[in-house]
Amino acid sequence: MALTLTEDQLILRDMARSFFDEKSPVERMRTLRDSRDTTGFSHELWKEMGKLGWIGIPFPEAVGGAELGYGELGVVLSECGRVLAPEPFVSTVLLGGNAVLLGGNEPLQKELLPDVCRGERLLSLAFHEHGRFAPHAVETGATRDGDGFRIRGEKRFVLDGHVADQIVTVARTAGGSGDRAGLTLFVVDADAAGLSVQRTELVDGRNAARVTFDDVTVDATRVLGEIDRGADVLDAVFDRATIGLCAEMVGTFEEAFERTLAYLKTREQFGVKIGTFQALRHRAAHMFGGLEFARSVVRDAQSAIDDGRGDVAECASAAKARCSEVANQIGAEAIQMHGGIGMTDEEEIGLFFKRLKAAELTLGDAIYHRNRFAGLRGY
Amino acid sequence: MSSASLEEFREEVHVWIEQTLPAELRVGLRKDLPKESRRRWISALAERGWIVPDWPVEYGGAGLDRKRAAIVKSELAAFRAPTIRGFGVSMLGPTLLEFGTDEQKREFLPPIARDEVQWCQGYSEPGAGSDLASLQTRAVREGDEYVITGQKIWTSYAHVADWIFCLVRTDPDAPKHDGITFILFPMKQPGVTVSPLKLIDGGADFSQVFFDGARAQAKHVVGPVGGGWTVAKRLLQHERTTDGSSEEGGITGAMKESLVDLVKREVGMEDGALADPTIRQRLAAQEMEKRALGLTMARAMAEARAGQATRDIGSLGKYRWASMVKNEQDIAMLALGTQGLGWSAPGFDERELERTKAWLTTRADSIWGGTNEVQLNVIAKRVLQIPE
Repeated sequence: MALTLTEDQLILRDMARSFFDEKSPVERMRTLRDSRDTTGFSHELWKEMGKLGWIGIPFPEAVGGAELGYGELGVVLSECGRVLAPEPFVSTVLLGGNAVLLGGNEPLQKELLPDVCRGERLLSLAFHEHGRFAPHAVETGATRDGDGFRIRGEKRFVLDGHVADQIVTVARTAGGSGDRAGLTLFVVDADAAGLSVQRTELVDGRNAARVTFDDVTVDATRVLGEIDRGADVLDAVFDRATIGLCAEMVGTFEEAFERTLAYLKTREQFGVKIGTFQALRHRAAHMFGGLEFARSVVRDAQSAIDDGRGDVAECASAAKARCSEVANQIGAEAIQMHGGIGMTDEEEIGLFFKRLKAAELTLGDAIYHRNRFAGLRGY
Repeated sequence: MSSASLEEFREEVHVWIEQTLPAELRVGLRKDLPKESRRRWISALAERGWIVPDWPVEYGGAGLDRKRAAIVKSELAAFRAPTIRGFGVSMLGPTLLEFGTDEQKREFLPPIARDEVQWCQGYSEPGAGSDLASLQTRAVREGDEYVITGQKIWTSYAHVADWIFCLVRTDPDAPKHDGITFILFPMKQPGVTVSPLKLIDGGADFSQVFFDGARAQAKHVVGPVGGGWTVAKRLLQHERTTDGSSEEGGITGAMKESLVDLVKREVGMEDGALADPTIRQRLAAQEMEKRALGLTMARAMAEARAGQATRDIGSLGKYRWASMVKNEQDIAMLALGTQGLGWSAPGFDERELERTKAWLTTRADSIWGGTNEVQLNVIAKRVLQIPE
């Protein structure tokens, strides 16, 4: 079980840190937001990350990947989280990319993944139909139509859906909403007839889309996994994506915590540093605890994937339940301890607060994952 | 050292335990083990130096490196074998290895490694709890001896202890942290009186200890005279390491029925899930916290070994451990309802009464060894370095 970083991972971390410090200070994310940038992130920077081999970390060499593990991917994601870099790791690598990797046959993988690894193809996963995360609550239907399928329905919260080249779509081919059985995954091209994509802006400055399927036809060769058994692929995709998202969150925790700690040591009121007040000192200690425990469970979850352990699902839920709690804790305390200045848009701590809330509610909150963990543990 | 030879070593340890440990002892931490059988097992363990496998052979250990010592400990844990976890093994021993003279090590360590001498800890006083350094027990030099007068409290197992490691004030005029000395002396002597304290859980494992002219030999001062505070703090770190990292979380590991089984039995299941969704949430959070604590302590140790440690985790571990073990009993009490309110049989079974007692006993876990509030102070000051 790898709870510490290897020498190679330490080198990767230092590289990624200098890369993001130089090319992606938090200010860049604000500029993208305020200019209402049509992409919402930088294509150029994404391609640079592709050249560095970071996008391809979890993919096999045969499709242009680096064939490394979640230990390495987590290092890069944490550095992204530290500077709030909005590049499309979650949509393209963790969700869409994993769906193709875990469910796609060889021709589909060879067609799609090499460009993904180079940063030249963007993917997303269309699964959400409701606000709260409910992975099998799918009503969007796919019916047989000759050699293929015809999809009708509407999806929300398709991350980076406005720029994705392909949208992996979860549709119901049997059963009723909420059933785990009867789901099928399709690779749908963004320019398919009947597909309309509406960009939506999110509170954290990132983008998701509402995607409407008005009798979109998809060939049977574009199915990922088995028909009606898409949940087998989907659940594994969500576990990996969740663990990756948690690694990003840990980076955001670190930075939000360090900034708040620095503020406690410099801000003066009543003639003293506010960090001298015990009410704040104890809460700072609690934040430290939140951060350290989150780091441990996320490292363990990463190694559960990398070591091929049988408890990836449990670890994913333990990690996301924890990170969701800590996101609330560190986010709320960061704003509160900054006081009035923390409420201003000018102070960057608010950007961290908003990203943490978005990450908390993405792929299941603490309540969802505690329930799932309990179910996996037999109660 | 190759991993193959480590595996061979593990196999060797496994086989020895399998052959030596009687079946009736493979039940974990329990007080009601058959005495003679336990005594024979402990002496067999001591014979191999495996009560303290990482101590040098000359002091009664097995002289094993960290990896092999860890293998011995994990194999013993896997068999749920009785081991010795007293103050001598877990706190005084490591402290003497670091601060003791050669003569002190030769005199005190081997009996600890053979479980022949019981130690108790003379730290707290009625007026020195969280503010330990304000302690007032006086030690006055008289020839080759010190004469000790004063009072200690919360001294665990003082009524059965043979010796005490004690903090005394040797210089009342020095600043409070500087006048303290760490000294060892026997409990069974005329100037020492032990008076047990009955606690809220009905137990009396703690005592008040009164010193009225008790005698200690000057050669039994550990570290410099007046330099006891440094030794005392170091010993507390061993205390925190022992508790925060103990795999089964101390008392919660010794329960006859696991928390999950208890909650399932009391709350009931509907469609594969606990019938009460709120208790289900709390139970899942508790299991995750226990696991996360174990992972965090393991990570801290691994990072320390790899030279990657950034901020010390000791106080955080003690704080979270204490909160975790108390929360376990709080959940058990919620699940038991009024069946958790019994004081004695009849009317309440063993599983219920052990939970009631554990709920009371674990209140102390966030008080001794530095209260939760003190741990948070330490984190803020020492770990996060927020100026006071």
